[in-house]
Amino acid sequence: MDNVTLARVTMGTSLAFHIVFAVLGVGLPVLMSVAEGLGLRRKDAVWMDLARRWSKAFGVLFAVGAVSGTVLSFELGLLWPRFMALSGSMIGLPFSAEGFAFFLEAIFLGLYLYGWNRLSPTAHWLMSIPIAISGAASALFVVMTNAWMNHPTGFELVNGQVTQVDPLAAALNAATPTEDTHMLVSAYVCTGFLVASVYAAGMLRGRVDAAHRRGLAAGMTMGLVAIALAGITGDSSARFVYTDQPAKFASMEGLYRTARGVPIHIGGIPIDSEQRVVFGLEIPKGLSLLAAFDPNAEVKGLNEFPPADRPNPVLVHLSFDTMVGLGTLLGLLALAFWGLAWRRHAIPSLKPLLVAVTIAGPAAVIAMEAGWFVTEFGRQPWVVYGILRTAQAATPVPGLFISLVAFVLIYVALAVTTARLLLLLAERRRQAE
Amino acid sequence: MTEAEAVGAILWLSLTAYAVLAGADFGGGVWDVFATGPRQAAQRQAIAEAMGPVWEANHVWLIFMIVGLFTCFPAAFAALALSLFAPFTIALIGIVLRGAAFAFRAHAREAIGPIEPWGAVFGAASIISPLFLGTAAGAVAAGSVRESAGAAALVFDSPWTVAFIADVGLFAVALCAYLAATYLIVETEDDKDLQADFRQRALAAGIASGGLGLAGLILAYVGARPAFDSLTGRGLPLLALALVNGPLALLAVWRSAPGLARLAVVAQVTFVLWALAVGQWPYLVRPSYTIDSAAAPASTLTGFLIVSGIGMLLLLPSLYLLFRVFKGRNPVSAEADQLKPP
Repeated sequence: MDNVTLARVTMGTSLAFHIVFAVLGVGLPVLMSVAEGLGLRRKDAVWMDLARRWSKAFGVLFAVGAVSGTVLSFELGLLWPRFMALSGSMIGLPFSAEGFAFFLEAIFLGLYLYGWNRLSPTAHWLMSIPIAISGAASALFVVMTNAWMNHPTGFELVNGQVTQVDPLAAALNAATPTEDTHMLVSAYVCTGFLVASVYAAGMLRGRVDAAHRRGLAAGMTMGLVAIALAGITGDSSARFVYTDQPAKFASMEGLYRTARGVPIHIGGIPIDSEQRVVFGLEIPKGLSLLAAFDPNAEVKGLNEFPPADRPNPVLVHLSFDTMVGLGTLLGLLALAFWGLAWRRHAIPSLKPLLVAVTIAGPAAVIAMEAGWFVTEFGRQPWVVYGILRTAQAATPVPGLFISLVAFVLIYVALAVTTARLLLLLAERRRQAE
Repeated sequence: MTEAEAVGAILWLSLTAYAVLAGADFGGGVWDVFATGPRQAAQRQAIAEAMGPVWEANHVWLIFMIVGLFTCFPAAFAALALSLFAPFTIALIGIVLRGAAFAFRAHAREAIGPIEPWGAVFGAASIISPLFLGTAAGAVAAGSVRESAGAAALVFDSPWTVAFIADVGLFAVALCAYLAATYLIVETEDDKDLQADFRQRALAAGIASGGLGLAGLILAYVGARPAFDSLTGRGLPLLALALVNGPLALLAVWRSAPGLARLAVVAQVTFVLWALAVGQWPYLVRPSYTIDSAAAPASTLTGFLIVSGIGMLLLLPSLYLLFRVFKGRNPVSAEADQLKPP
């Protein structure tokens, strides 16, 4: 493998690993805070106990997220020195702000995790609020930098030199509103369904008690609200891409030739040699309608771009359909769950429904990862859209293969240990009861 | 003071905070490896309790510094990333393993007992990280990061240069161990035997770091002239302070004056870092990048100063609260004895 491929695989692996912990760092504090708040207000031991359980799990998850995030802050420069030399002065401000948000999250988490016996109950609960706020702020700041890579603004390029830098304009570029909101709600989608999934699995094993029902309900509440918002923000994201990055949009749909009244393909595989999507379910004029609210709207195809400037439509289209497909199923599942709960006036414990919720946690994570595949593979061959090619940004140093192998092994070890530890903690707690 | 210099000062202050706070956390790992004698388990317990609530916050100083560096001095950051790829990657692997291992161990201890092999990983990684961060700093101080054919690379003038860089790495590990042992003297005041263990360790680390520091001066003269010139030029007053303060700090440790010893050891680390920084001013990465030549556009520097100002307003009171609750004299010590990860 050449250095560009190695750098991309290393960066991609690190991001895909880190983001699972990062989204929980955004979502779990909200659930913790609500549970402890309810526990205090209603003097309810079950909610209090849930808050303690979640904080215990969060302690491990946050630590792994923090160290894997450190890897990323270094890898930006270690793998992509030319990208950072060009972009550092523009994307640095949101990164710096993220640094402070992360600082606050780490400080208040320290107070929260180790302060159960040192702070008054109310003071302890108050510590959870800055954790939730700074977790969300971290996500918003970091995604601003990715939005800038998709829509680089706030500077002028004169003979390869960056001038007239306006870091505020760079941070608040046109892609920021749609990307930021979509990522934030996706973090809550993942957290909600992952938490629900844990309790649904427990109920399937016969542990149908108040703690499990409330854990399930809390997760599914967050899941329902967030998946609805994810649909809305995802829709505006797609329409922004339609106008802002037509090559990415064409790849998302596997559209090879510019046309009017374009159909949408659900599933299917774009075939380069045939210039079309095969095996997909075709909905006439669907794409034009969704992209521009006009059944005859023109959509640019990949033929508008030189072959060297095209993303890989197979990867992007399949990732996009994975995200949208799973997202839709999650939405239907949340509706079915709460519909049933409303009719029966109780948290449902129907076996097929619990099986579906158990699968929904991992499915939400896959949907979120697939969404990032769309953003990242869809931006190729550029690292900074239209400005710097990925191939030009990678480091020339030798030894990338070794570092890739080392990091993959570490991530596997961390993932296995985290999972094992969380299971052991849960097991141990049950034995104690 | 120009904006670039102000940013440089903020970043160097962050590095100082990282060194005296997170350095002690690495040092805790060193003493975890060397926990011996009848109180082996108690030593490890004291280290884990001292680190638990604060290590993640301490760690963020490094991230803040890296981010500040690539925001405000992107060219210098790119040069460091290219030339110091290997030591940074190894240090990074150490940082990841150390943090994860600590969290795994801390949260497993109460519930399921030790989970191997993370105990050993915690100790080993706590040595590797400062060792390689130290060598990276040594390479910069020695002027070994050079531009050739448009890309930065490491260039060693003689084997003595390599010896100097290695010495700085070991010096960093020794200083971390020194800091940790001194802090632990303060934290174990309720247990005189345990306190004596850490006092003995602080003395050993103090003597080792003194020896490695003086060896570094000699090696700098022989093989890393830019570093020697920095320390004996503009950095001389700070170097002199370090040379005077060193024995005094050791005396404070020896004479069992915990609070004073802690202050003196922190001062010692600060003097060493600032002697290097002030010594090589106005260079950021000698000999290719000065603070001004590597600086980002003025608008970015201004933005960074504003963000940092607002950020510090939120950060400093929060940090005060964290250390007040966990490191201050705490009246609820009966409950605090149960201080464990939840």
